[in-house]
Amino acid sequence: MPKKARRNEAANISPGPHFLKPGKYYLQGSEACIEGALMAGCRVYAGYPITPAVETMEYASRRFPQVGGRFIQMEDEIASACALIGSSWGGAKALTATSGPGFSLMQEAISIAVMSETPMVIVDIQRAGPGQGYITASQQDVMQARWGHHGDGPIIALAPASVQEMFDLTIEAFTLSEQWRTPVLVMTEETVAHMREPLVIPPWNEVEVRERKKPQDLGIPPGDYLPWGHNTVAPMANWGEGYNVNFVALVHLEDGNITRYSPQANYHCVERLQKKIEGNADGITRIEAKFLENCKHLIICYGAVSRTAMEAAIEACEEGLEVGYLRLITLWPFPEEKLRRIVGTVDTIFVPEMNLGMMRHPITEALRDQCRKVVSIPSLGILHSPEYILSKVREETS
Amino acid sequence: MSAQGIVDREGRMSKTPRFEIRIAGFGGQGVVTIGRILGEAFTIYEGKNSVNTHSYGPESRGGACKSEVVVSEGEIHYPNVRKADLLIALSQVGLDTYISDLKEGGIVLVDPRSVKNVPDRDKYRVHEVPTMDIAHEIGGVKFQNSVALGALYPLIAHMIKESSLRQGISNNVPSETVEINMEAFKRGMRYAKEGKAE
Repeated sequence: MPKKARRNEAANISPGPHFLKPGKYYLQGSEACIEGALMAGCRVYAGYPITPAVETMEYASRRFPQVGGRFIQMEDEIASACALIGSSWGGAKALTATSGPGFSLMQEAISIAVMSETPMVIVDIQRAGPGQGYITASQQDVMQARWGHHGDGPIIALAPASVQEMFDLTIEAFTLSEQWRTPVLVMTEETVAHMREPLVIPPWNEVEVRERKKPQDLGIPPGDYLPWGHNTVAPMANWGEGYNVNFVALVHLEDGNITRYSPQANYHCVERLQKKIEGNADGITRIEAKFLENCKHLIICYGAVSRTAMEAAIEACEEGLEVGYLRLITLWPFPEEKLRRIVGTVDTIFVPEMNLGMMRHPITEALRDQCRKVVSIPSLGILHSPEYILSKVREETS
Repeated sequence: MSAQGIVDREGRMSKTPRFEIRIAGFGGQGVVTIGRILGEAFTIYEGKNSVNTHSYGPESRGGACKSEVVVSEGEIHYPNVRKADLLIALSQVGLDTYISDLKEGGIVLVDPRSVKNVPDRDKYRVHEVPTMDIAHEIGGVKFQNSVALGALYPLIAHMIKESSLRQGISNNVPSETVEINMEAFKRGMRYAKEGKAE
C-alpha cells in the first residue's frame, strides 16, 4: 500500500475471528486475491467456475461466508457480472473471477457498469486463447480489457506480478473502483494465480480502504440530489437509504433524464466518463522502473512476464548490455504521459508478452519518437524463460 | 551501469544464489503437495524466500505432473526452475523428461520401483529410496509424499531443519493422518540414512 491510514477502522470493518492475523503466509495468488478483497471490505462474491480461476472461486466459497459475506454460484458469467452490479447498487463491494471465455460473456455487463458508474472488481486469470484455447497462462485479454466492452467507455485495469501484489492490487482495485465509480479489472495469469509465495498480511487497521461518496456524506438533501451530477464523480445513492436511486445505462442527463436526448447530451455524458478516467490517468496509474539511468535499451513488461524480464535485465547488465527495466502496474488507462516523462531516449525497446504483441502498440504509440525501434518478444501458453528474452536482446543489440 | 550496482529493496544483490528443486511424477502421488510443503517449510519456518509452482494440465490423476520449488535468501524473480539442483523422480517419465535439466553433480532421488533406468551415477548423485513400498508398509500410497520428504531430508539437511519439514507436513495433511505421516517421514529418512526403513 502506498499510503497507510486507519481507514478500515473508520469503515467499521471488524477484523473478526476469521480474518488472517497479521504475519507471513505461504499462499497461492488466487488465495491472496480473496484475502485482499476481504481486507478491502468486499462481502459479495458471485461467480461461475472456469479453469484456471477455479481455485479463486473455491477459496472464496470458503472464506466469504466465514466473514459474514455472501458467496453465490451463478448460472453463468453473464449473471455473475450482473450480480456484481446489483450488489454494488445495494451498497456492497463485490468481486468475481473468471478467465477468457467467461470474460467475454461479462463484457456486456462491464459496459453497463461503466455507463452506470458502478464500482465492482473483476479478476481475469487469463488463459490461452482464442476460443476455449487452453488452460495455460496467457496475457491475451489485455486489449479485450480495454476495448472488449461496447461503446467508448474507459476502464481501469491492473496487472499484478506476485502473490503479494495479488493481495495489494486487489485492495487497490476496490479503492480505485469506489473512488472513481467504475469497474476495475485485475488482469492476471495462471502463473501468478497458482504460484505460491510469501504473503505478508498487514494489521487490518493499517490498510487503506476507501468507501464510495454518498449524497448524505456531502450533505445533499434527497430533494436536491442529482444522481449523475454534483462532482466529476457523482455521489452514489444506494438502495434503501432515503434517496431516489437512478440506475441507468442509457445516455442520460445529470438528473437521470433519458427522454431529452440530443447529440450534445450524448457527447457530454460519454465524454465525462472518458475524462473521469483518462483525464486523471496520471494519478490513477502506477509503473515500476529500475536501472533506467543511462540505459541504452529498455524492457517494458507487465504481470508475470516482468518476473522473467527482471532476471533477464540483471543478466544483460552483467554481460555489459545497458538494459533498463520498466513494468506497467496499471495497464489501463495507459500511462502514456508518465512513460514519456520517465523514459529518456533509448535505442531499442523490448516488449515481452504472453501474446503475439498487444501492449507493444500503445507503447510504440507513446514512445515512437523516443526510441529507434520497438521489438516484440511473444510467447504463447508459457512464461518466457530468461534465456529466451536474453537471446532476443543479444540478437538485436549485437 | 554494472551488475554491482543492482541491489534489491533490502540493499542486497538481486541476484542471490538459488537452490532449485523439481519434483516429477504422476498426478495423485502427492507431487504438488511435496512442493507446497517444501515451500512452506523454507519460507515460514526457515525464514528464506521460496516460490512454488506446478504444472497445470487438465488431468487430476494419472497424468504427468511436476512441481517446482525455488529457494533463495534474496528476491526470486523468475519463478520457475532454470537448471535444477535436485530432482525427485517418482516415475520413469518424470526422470526421463527432466534429467537433462539437472545440473551436473546434482542430486537425484528416485523410487526404484517405478524408475528402472537409473541415471548415470558418474554424472549425478543418485539416491534410491523405495518410497512407494515404504508407504504401502504403513498404510498406503497416499503417504508416499511424506516418505519422499523424509528421504529428501538428509540430502538438504544443510539448508533446512527436520522440525521445519515436519511442521510443514502437519500443516498440510488432514489432522487425523498427522501421526501416520510423521511415521512415513521417519521411515523415509531412516532408509535414506541407513538403507532400511525400520
